[in-house]
Amino acid sequence: MMSTETLEAPVAKQKETLLSKRRRKLVSDPLNDDNPVTIQVLGICSALAVTTQMQPTLVMAISVIFVLIFSNLTISLIRNLVPTRVRIIVQLAVVATLVTLVSEFLKAYSYDMYKSLSVFIGLIITNCIVMGRLEAFALGNKPYDSVLDGLGSGLGYSWIILAVAFFREIWGSGKVFGYPVFEALGIENFATNGLMVSPVGAFIVLGFIIWVQRTKSGYVEH
Amino acid sequence: MQQSNTYIIVFSLILTIVLGGLLSGVSQVLGPKQKKAIDLDTKKQILGAIPSEKDKIAAMKGDEVIARYGEVIQSYVADHEGNLIDGVVAEDVNIEKNYKLPVSGRQLPVFKYAHGDEEAYILPLFGAGLWDAIWGFVAITPDFEEVIGISLAHRGETPGLGARITNAEIQARYVGKKIVDDAGNLVSVVMVKGEKNPESSLGPHKVDGLAGATLTAAGVNNMLQAYLGYYKNYFDKNVKGASALSMN
Repeated sequence: MMSTETLEAPVAKQKETLLSKRRRKLVSDPLNDDNPVTIQVLGICSALAVTTQMQPTLVMAISVIFVLIFSNLTISLIRNLVPTRVRIIVQLAVVATLVTLVSEFLKAYSYDMYKSLSVFIGLIITNCIVMGRLEAFALGNKPYDSVLDGLGSGLGYSWIILAVAFFREIWGSGKVFGYPVFEALGIENFATNGLMVSPVGAFIVLGFIIWVQRTKSGYVEH
Repeated sequence: MQQSNTYIIVFSLILTIVLGGLLSGVSQVLGPKQKKAIDLDTKKQILGAIPSEKDKIAAMKGDEVIARYGEVIQSYVADHEGNLIDGVVAEDVNIEKNYKLPVSGRQLPVFKYAHGDEEAYILPLFGAGLWDAIWGFVAITPDFEEVIGISLAHRGETPGLGARITNAEIQARYVGKKIVDDAGNLVSVVMVKGEKNPESSLGPHKVDGLAGATLTAAGVNNMLQAYLGYYKNYFDKNVKGASALSMN
């Protein structure tokens, strides 16, 4: 297939080790230098919506990592079979199936989480990070590399939303994972900040994270 | 390589069958487990309307909650005139579906709580919040006068604003409020506009409001008023005075 050949990454001829430098970079790049949320500015909607508390955020992060890894794997496995003209629909069908699986499992095994994340699990389908990785990577690379790429992007997304959730929960509710930190420290009258609980708080925290990150890396948008 | 239309159609067909099969298989396997989870959640909400039970079940495992529920709750289903309907399991009545029916056609489940000499009637609530459905359970005294407790839930209220109706602190505001006036007429309990109103200015029929969520509060008020109204006949016929005859 012409389109996939052009996308195919230059593959090393000699046998590559399981965790070669190139493969390690697949996982580590999205954590910082090529972070899907702060550099590519994808997946912002869920980063704003679910990050009022750490616990649902963690479940969301795990769900997104799962969907990213397995959609990348599936698409990569069938990449030479997928008709180019309907590839977006094929990707969407695979992602939607995986997201529905996550949703069904949550409903069966963690109903409280299912209720509190409600619509946002379903919205992973439209999370641009997932479709973005499928188009940009899985369609042109081998399964193992695609899994690493999915893991990297998933972790990159996860640490950002967990960081946002940490600041929002501690400032907005005075808690971390639902544990009242300030009361435990003997500070009784910690004034919680209502702004942090609303989506605006997520914008502010995310803005600070991007600021710190770009000051350190010197990244400038052109 | 440009694939033929036949290839695309066959590929799509196979993909659909594989993915569809996978999903329906998983749904079949997880179905009973999900039903159990929903059942447990409903029972938690019902028990959660009683403040003393709410603390207890918070520390319990799923099976223990179910067992506790069986111990302390007896359930009935009534119609809007207060007559009991036989042969319907109260826990299986879908409040949301009934909400869409005219009042005269609705099945109204009643959950009677009895533990030691504590007695309460737990009634379901359902209504519209600002964005989507809100619902809950309210526990009231057998004389249909006082709120013992309330549990509220929502589908899409704004986090930090309307969604606060699920907070224990907000729900605790309803405890001990009166739903009837001195003459015995139903007045319900109203959540006022604005927050941090002194208790003295609220009195027995009002609770402090939610800053920034007046419309959600209005939804809660409407729902409480409406459902208490639907159950008034039931209390008149089956509980008050008649308790010695029919409710043993």
